[in-house]
Amino acid sequence: MTELLAIRSLSGFYGASQVLHDVSFSVRRGEQVALLGRNGMGKTTLMKSIIGLLGDRRGGITINKLDMINAKPEAIAQAGVAYVPEGRGVFGSLNVVENLVMAARAGADGRRDWTLDRVFEVFPRLHQRRGNGGHQLSGGEQQMLSIGRALMTNPDLILIDEATEGLAPLVAQEIWRTLGVIRDEGIATIVVDKDLRSLSKIVDRTVLLSKGQIVFEGAPSELLAQPLLLEKHLGV
Amino acid sequence: MSAITFAVQLLNGVQYGLVLFLVASGLTLVFGILGVINLAHGAFYMLGAYFAWWIAAYTGSFLMALIGGVALSFMLGLLLENVFVRRLYGRDHLAQVLLSFGLILVVDELRQILFGKDVYSVKPPPWLEGSIQLTDNLSYPVYRLALCLFCLVLAALIFYVIQRTKLGMIIRAGAENRDMTRALGIPFDSVNRYVFAGGIALAALGGILVSPISTVYPGMGDGMLILSFVVVVLGGIGSVAGAAIGALLIGLTDTFGKVFFPQVSSILIYVLMAGVLLWRPNGILGKREA
Ligand SMILES: Nc1ncnc2c1ncn2[C@@H]1O[C@H](COP(=O)(O)OP(=O)(O)O)[C@@H](O)[C@H]1O
Ligand SMILES: [Mg+2]
Repeated sequence: MTELLAIRSLSGFYGASQVLHDVSFSVRRGEQVALLGRNGMGKTTLMKSIIGLLGDRRGGITINKLDMINAKPEAIAQAGVAYVPEGRGVFGSLNVVENLVMAARAGADGRRDWTLDRVFEVFPRLHQRRGNGGHQLSGGEQQMLSIGRALMTNPDLILIDEATEGLAPLVAQEIWRTLGVIRDEGIATIVVDKDLRSLSKIVDRTVLLSKGQIVFEGAPSELLAQPLLLEKHLGV
Repeated sequence: MSAITFAVQLLNGVQYGLVLFLVASGLTLVFGILGVINLAHGAFYMLGAYFAWWIAAYTGSFLMALIGGVALSFMLGLLLENVFVRRLYGRDHLAQVLLSFGLILVVDELRQILFGKDVYSVKPPPWLEGSIQLTDNLSYPVYRLALCLFCLVLAALIFYVIQRTKLGMIIRAGAENRDMTRALGIPFDSVNRYVFAGGIALAALGGILVSPISTVYPGMGDGMLILSFVVVVLGGIGSVAGAAIGALLIGLTDTFGKVFFPQVSSILIYVLMAGVLLWRPNGILGKREA
C-alpha cells in the first residue's frame, strides 16, 4: 500500500515550550491508526500540527508526497486531510445541513463519493435533525455532524480527536460503527480515544505518545500483550 | 400631525434607516468576520459619493456612476486589504485603530488630489426626477421612493447571500470559528479579502445613493461612521439582521425625534443605544456569551 502521510522528526511548540519531540511515523492509504497516551502527552498537538493549526512546527510532513510543513490549514485540507477536533468544532449558528454543505468539496483526486445524501444515509439521526442549529444538538449528534462534515470534504485521511469523549455508551457505539464504515470506504484515519478495547477492534496500528515522544508503535495485539507498557502509559 | 405627514415622516425614517443599513452592514461584516475595526468606513462612504459625482460629470449618467463607483470602490478595497488590512488580522485593537485611522487620511488625501474639496451635487436619473403629489401642498420625491425600493431589494439580496448560499454559510462559519473553517479547506484569506472589499463597496454604495438627495462634501462620512458604529453595537457585532433592526430603529428615532422633540433630537439615538445596551449588553441580536 502507498504512503499517504509521512511525518519525519517533527517538533511542535507553544511559544517557548516544546510539546512534540522528534516524532516520526507514517500512515498508508486506507490505514487505521490509533493515537494513544495519557492526558497532556501531545495527541491533540500532533493532530493540530498535521492539519496545520499549530503555528510553530518543524521537521517534515508530507501528504501524498507533497511537502506540507509550512502549508496553511486550507492547503493541507485540500490535499486530502479532514479534522474532527476535540470538542467537535460544530458551527453553532449554522444548522445541520449548512454545517455539511459549507464543507462540501471534491476530494484531492476529484472524487465526489460523499454527498449530503450519503452522509444522511450513514447518520439517519442527522437527517432527522437537519433543520436544527448546531448549538441545539446533543454531544453525540455534534460528533456525528463533525464526522459527517469531514466526510463532505471527500478526504483521504480523517483526524478524529477524542472520538467518543463524553458520550453515553450507546451513542459511543454508534460512533464506533461509523468509524467501521469509514474504514470500509478505504479512508485512512488517525483516532484518539480512551476506549482501548473498541479502538483495537478497528485499527491496524497503534502509536503511543508520552511527553511528546513516540514510545511504542505496533499492532494493537502487540500493545495489548505488554501489560507494563499499558500500565505505565495508559494506566490500564 | 395628519396621517399623510406622518406617512411622509415614516417614509423618510425608513429610507434613512435603509441607507444606514447598507453602510452599517458592510461595517458589521468586516468587524464580525475579519475582526477588524475599520474607522475608515465612513471615508469610503464619502469617496463613493465623490466617485459618483465624478463619473456622472463625465458620462452624464447616474446609472454609470452607480455601477462605476461601486466597482472602483470594490477594487480599491481588494487592493487595500492586500497591502494593509491583512496585516491586522489577529492584532490588537490599537493597531487596527491606528491603521484604519491612517486609511482615513489616505482616502481623504486621495479625494483631495482627485476631486479637490468642493461641494457638489449629483443629478438623479431623469426618469426618477420629479415628485409625486400626495395632497395639495405635500409631495414626495420619486427618487426617495425608488431609493427605498432599491435598498429593500439589496437588503433582500444581502440576506439571501448570507442565509442561503454556500458563500454565506462559509462567511457565517468563519465568523464563528475561523480555524475550523480553514481546517475544512476553505481559503479564508481570500474570503476575508472579498468580505473587506464588499464592505467597502457597501459603504461607497450608501454614499452614491444619497448623493442625489444630499450634497457631496469632504466631511460627509464622519457622521455616517459614528451612526454606523451605533447601529453595529445596537444590533450586535457581526449580525447583519441586527444591523437591519438597529438601522431602522435609528432611522425612525432620528426622523421622528426631529419632529416631536427637536430640542433633544441629537441625543435621542444615544439614549436609545444606552437603553438597548442596558437591556441586552451584546446588542439586540448579539451573541449572549463573549
Ligand atoms: N494552547 C496551549 N498553549 C500552551 N501549552 C499547551 C497548549 N495546549 C496544550 N498545551 C500543553 O501541551 C501539552 C500537550 O497537550 P495536548 O496536545 O493537548 O495533549 P493531549 O491531547 O494528549 O491531552 C500539555 O502539556 C499541555 O499543557
Ligand atoms: Mg487532547
